This record gives sequence, structure tokens and C-alpha cells, in this order.
Amino acid sequence: MMFKKTVMSAAIAAAALVPLAQAQAAEYQIDSEGQHAFVQFKISHLGYSYILGSFEDFSGSFQYDPDNVGDSSASVEVDVTSLTTNHAERDKHIKSADFLDASEYPTATFTTTGFESTGDGEGVLTGDLSLHGETREIDMPVTLLGKGEDPWGGYRAGFEGSTTLTLSEFDIDMSKFPEVMHELELYVTFEGLRQ
Amino acid sequence: MWTNTRTGWGCISIVLHWLSALAIIGLFALGWWMTDLGYYDDWYNLAPWWHRGIGVLLLLATLGRLVWRLLQPAPVGRGHRLERLAAHVGHVLLYGLMLLVLISGYLISTAEGKGIDVFGWFEAPAVLFGLPNQASLAGLIHWYAALVLIVLSAGHALAAIKHHLFDRNDVLVRMIFPRYTRRR
Repeated sequence: MMFKKTVMSAAIAAAALVPLAQAQAAEYQIDSEGQHAFVQFKISHLGYSYILGSFEDFSGSFQYDPDNVGDSSASVEVDVTSLTTNHAERDKHIKSADFLDASEYPTATFTTTGFESTGDGEGVLTGDLSLHGETREIDMPVTLLGKGEDPWGGYRAGFEGSTTLTLSEFDIDMSKFPEVMHELELYVTFEGLRQ
Repeated sequence: MWTNTRTGWGCISIVLHWLSALAIIGLFALGWWMTDLGYYDDWYNLAPWWHRGIGVLLLLATLGRLVWRLLQPAPVGRGHRLERLAAHVGHVLLYGLMLLVLISGYLISTAEGKGIDVFGWFEAPAVLFGLPNQASLAGLIHWYAALVLIVLSAGHALAAIKHHLFDRNDVLVRMIFPRYTRRR
């Protein structure tokens, strides 16, 4: 009897801990496999139109807790060789030593160093972006797009964010191109699957 | 006249040989020059257009040439056993490198599934695409294989001159005049 009581109280204590554990920042894996995530860029072409491109292979995870958004963090690793702009020869050129030098720097990474909430479901991620062998701190405003259970028994949260990168800061020489092509817009949207 | 015999090359082999030589040297020079062109150069888009078109035509010609070479007799080699063996290995390498350079070049432009327009006459369709980093890797092979091909071609030309000037045999002239097919 005594033994049973102990087991019972242990079970109750454990059950009581569950909501606490849930309230802590949960780890989410970016759904690269299901392709509910995109890393895209947009850069002017001579000031006349835009070139849109994306990186097809990347992976990452983030920590997110709706009750304590200040502890949010994320880290993403991008395979630079997977760049595509729908034009094989242009992609080869962009990945060559003239621009991204993907054979020398095949991976780009982003790791957050801080997060500041700017409103309900909105905030600014600060982090280190390593690209082309250069690491720079960037700010990226992000928005929570939605979260909840998915139809297959999982729990998801999705975000989008964008920022402007000045290419010379990453030692990418655009001096032979018009001023408007010296920077690009990076856009990411991703869905995380809670682990 | 048109076909090969054991003593000489026919017209078809001769024409294919010299057209290939001209195209390979031209494409090598064009490729070297055009990859250094600036974005604002008049030739920035036009030079690759010629390079791609001629390249596809040469690939087709080379496939036809290989079929012809295998179907037809070849003139007997000259020189010592070892010299003939070296010549044979060299020729196989030349054919292999030509295919490697031409196919790798084709795989650059078609890496993302789009075909190559050949002077508006027809489109060479993409058949192998979407491999990881395909255009960049094919580009690497294209460049180094082309360098080896040009060096080997120079050796090929020097060997032909050696046969003509020092060995004083018909190895060079029978690749120029089809009349050697009739000699016995």
C-alpha cells in the first residue's frame, strides 16, 4: 500500500511537470524533406528587371516558445552549389570564382545571436551569416505566419523573413555592374516540425 | 574514292578529319576567349551562341565519324610495332577526349533541362539533367579535357610531320589526298 502511494505521487508529480516542459522552448526541425521551406534571393538585372533564384538544398532547426519569444533562435545551413536561377550557364557563372566561388565555399550558414520581439508574432532575428568565406552580422525581420497541428499527427510553426544583403560586405565584387545590382534581397520562408 | 581501303582514307574520312581539326581548334580558341569577356562586351552572348551551336554540330559529326570509322577499313599503320601501338593508343585517346569534351560541354548548357538551340535550325534536347551541381562539374571536366585534347592534338600533328619529313612515308599525305585508296 505504501509502495503504491509512492508510485502514485511520483506519477502525479511527473504529470505536473509535463505542462512545464511544454512551456519551454520547443525544438523545431525545418521541413526541408517535405519542401515546406524556401531560401530565395532577388537581385536587379541592370536595373531593368529582377533575377529570382533559390537554393534547393538546405537544412536547419529553430527554438521557438510562444510564451518566451525572446529565447527564440535558429540555425540554417545552405548548400551553395544547389543555387538555381533556371538558367544552367548563369548558375555556373554565379557559382564560379567571379561571384560565390562555391567550390571554395560550398556552405553558407546562419546562426542567430539574438531575437527582439517587435509585436505579436513579429520580431527581428539578429545573427551571423557566413557566405563566401565572410561572416557578417545581419538583422532579419521575421513574422510568424501560423502554427498548429498538421493533418499527419505533427505540430508545425511557420515563418517568413527577409533582409537586404550588401554583396561587397561578403567580398563579392559587383563593381563591374550597375549600382542597383550591388545588393540583393534574401527571402526565407520555412515551416518547422516540432520534435 | 569515298570509302577507305587498307592503303588510304576515302573522301568522307578525310573531310570529317579536317573539319573536326578546324572546329576543335576554333572552339578551343573561342572558348578560351569568350570565358574572359566582360558583361558589357558585344560578344558576351553571341560568342557562346556560336560555341554551343558549332559544338553540337561537331558532336553529331563525331558520332557519325566514329560509326564510319568502325564500319570502314582503316589504312595500315606505318613504323615499328611499338610506334604503331603508340599511334593506335593516341588515336583512341583523341576520339575519347573529343567525346568527353563535347558531351561535357553539352551537359553544361542542358544541366537544368533546357535544350540547346542550334542556330535556329533545331534544338538539341536535354537528356541528362538535374544532377547535383551538374553545370559546374561538367564545366570543370570540359575545361581540363579540352586542354588535354589540344595538347594531344599538337602531338598528333607533330607525329604526322615526323612521318612526312623524317620517315618519308605516306601517313600525312593519305589523310589529304583520297587517291591513296586506289594504290596497291
